[in-house]
Amino acid sequence: MPFWLEMVIQFAPVVVLLTLGYFVGTWRERAHFRALARREAELRDILVVNLKAVTRPETVANAEIVMSEAVIATDYFKGFVAGFRNFIGGRVTSYESLMERARREALLRLLDQTRAMGASELWNVRFETANVLKQNGGGNSPAVSVDVIASGTAITRRAG
Amino acid sequence: MILVNTETIPGRTIVQVKGLVQGNTIRAKHFGRDIAAGFKNLIGGELKGYTELLTEARRQALERMIGQAHELGANAVVNVRFTTSSITQGAAELYAYGTAVTVE
Repeated sequence: MPFWLEMVIQFAPVVVLLTLGYFVGTWRERAHFRALARREAELRDILVVNLKAVTRPETVANAEIVMSEAVIATDYFKGFVAGFRNFIGGRVTSYESLMERARREALLRLLDQTRAMGASELWNVRFETANVLKQNGGGNSPAVSVDVIASGTAITRRAG
Repeated sequence: MILVNTETIPGRTIVQVKGLVQGNTIRAKHFGRDIAAGFKNLIGGELKGYTELLTEARRQALERMIGQAHELGANAVVNVRFTTSSITQGAAELYAYGTAVTVE
């Protein structure tokens, strides 16, 4: 077998995965960001704060905790690029977008629940980041996932 | 049972503080979810199986915490917090805790 053919066979799977990760991953990420923006626009009327002390407590009709989780993974290409970034240092933009997607998704799920309860405000929003289900790097795949757990208190005001 | 993650329940008065209540659960993911997640890792996106697993774990931890609050004769839990820890790869602990109180 000629040397070049050996090299092709050796690197073909990686190249295929990188190409797949790049095109499908980028397309899916764009679609997710568009969906996030659309859902955020729909829920914009809900007041969101991370303050603990609810103002005008005498007007509160109901207060109830809401919680959500989101586990989002990067694609193969982004994981690969981030691996290179570890050598030279600097901003790891491919993981910045991963964290942003996970947090925005978790917050939107809180807001969906807030809306479903008929509440108009969300107080004391908290985010927790974990990676309980998968260790970084997980096996021989360079892809990384992140778990975001969000919580808050949905507040319904008395009319008038 | 009223649950909030604020320190007070707005619009209500806490008449008695009963003490700390807590609940935990440790869940292991199963093989099928791993395979699905492995594919998802190539193209990116949400790992729905893992999200569901976390949701179930959180519900169970909360149920246990609420059980303790009932035993103490409380009718609300304030300042509810969550933490997670990974004991081994593939198993997740979810721990919920808060202060059981009685409100008017």
